[in-house]
Amino acid sequence: MRHLISPLDFSVEELERLLNLANDIENNPDKYADACKRKKLATCFYEPSTRTRLSFEAAMLNLGGSVLGFAGADSSSAAKGESVSDTIRVISSYADICAIRHPKEGAALVAASKSEIPVINAGDGGHQHPTQTLTDLLTIRSLKGRLDNLTIGLCGDLKFGRTVHSLIHALVRYENVRFVLISPEELRIPEYIREDVLKAKGVEFQEVERLEDAIGSLDALYMTRVQKERFFNEEDYIRLKDFYVLNKAKLSLAKDDMLILHPLPRVNEIAVEVDDDPRAVYFKQAKYGVYVRMALILTLLNIEV
Amino acid sequence: MLNISGIHEGFVLDHIQAGMSFQIYHDLKLDKLDCTVAIIKNARSNKMGKKDIIKVECPIEALDLDILGFIDHNITVNVVKGDRIVEKRALTLPKEVKNVIKCKNPRCITSVEQELDQIFLLTDPLKEVYRCKYCEEKYINPARRQK
Repeated sequence: MRHLISPLDFSVEELERLLNLANDIENNPDKYADACKRKKLATCFYEPSTRTRLSFEAAMLNLGGSVLGFAGADSSSAAKGESVSDTIRVISSYADICAIRHPKEGAALVAASKSEIPVINAGDGGHQHPTQTLTDLLTIRSLKGRLDNLTIGLCGDLKFGRTVHSLIHALVRYENVRFVLISPEELRIPEYIREDVLKAKGVEFQEVERLEDAIGSLDALYMTRVQKERFFNEEDYIRLKDFYVLNKAKLSLAKDDMLILHPLPRVNEIAVEVDDDPRAVYFKQAKYGVYVRMALILTLLNIEV
Repeated sequence: MLNISGIHEGFVLDHIQAGMSFQIYHDLKLDKLDCTVAIIKNARSNKMGKKDIIKVECPIEALDLDILGFIDHNITVNVVKGDRIVEKRALTLPKEVKNVIKCKNPRCITSVEQELDQIFLLTDPLKEVYRCKYCEEKYINPARRQK
């Protein structure tokens, strides 16, 4: 039985099959409409999440399956002190597959070790969020036609952003991918990513402070939010915050076919005026999130259509 | 000069970093064994300046070499039988250590989940880095020697 706990659980070949399946679902949705008939997905969300939970539910409903679950620890047995191990054992009797989000890091791995049904990690604290990474990969591959030979810009909070770390881990497995890391000094990529992942694998990368200095060379720009509370003083925040807001003026320096991605929710780091630009694909990205979750459910349930 | 008699059957742990012997005493659960144990602290050493030594009179099978390898793989393990050293055992870093160290990450599932083993995996043998199996929090052994 397979689970998905980390973005690297799938090999490059397995990922290729999964992304091909997601594209087939995108192009032939009717073919898959009853693929999960009489199958149930349990969504066990111990902390609030609108987007991820609804994306999983939409994925299962699109496959003709049903959904049950809880949203928030208050409304679950966790409030009474039940362990993750006990909860998943019980859920295994109710559903065929489970997506779990938990504030504690490693919770999904604990669930998988006790579960009798496939477990999907839908986010475990600040640790992993593999279906976001699959979404990002599917978006880039679908719209660029490849995952190799790309220059990817990652902009904003590169220190605490788990989506950025996971995406780097996933993309270094492809040939000739270069990174431009755009962030204030305070929010640079953690040392272990720089040393153990990028340098250790001989991946070309550069670190810059200003988006304008880098945007012209990028094939895709992955935006994240710079949060005020991450700075030691307000002065630095005020000095730097506008460097990381993408607007029409900065976008005019970019290539005509550069993709703009964002894991969402967006607050103010991408100006609303950018939304109508054909390069802005962050809402399309949410759609790809559903396709890739559909492909993942079918793969983990061993359902072939 | 302090004299501690030799042992007939058991083991002598030599070249322990000075000050580490009590941690080793507890981690090897020597307090649970019904046998003679001698701990020598701050013995003079040409190689190390100062060192600790532990002598234990007990069957050699009672020793968990994995834990000892994790604590400090530079320790020399001398196996004694019939009053003489019959074997020197090499220590290696274990690939996994269970319930020896506790994950210090307050956001880790091990901080709340009942009855969950504390498991650390060796992720970088060269730098002797272990990471929590669940949250991947890094752990570097404080007893790691400068090489």
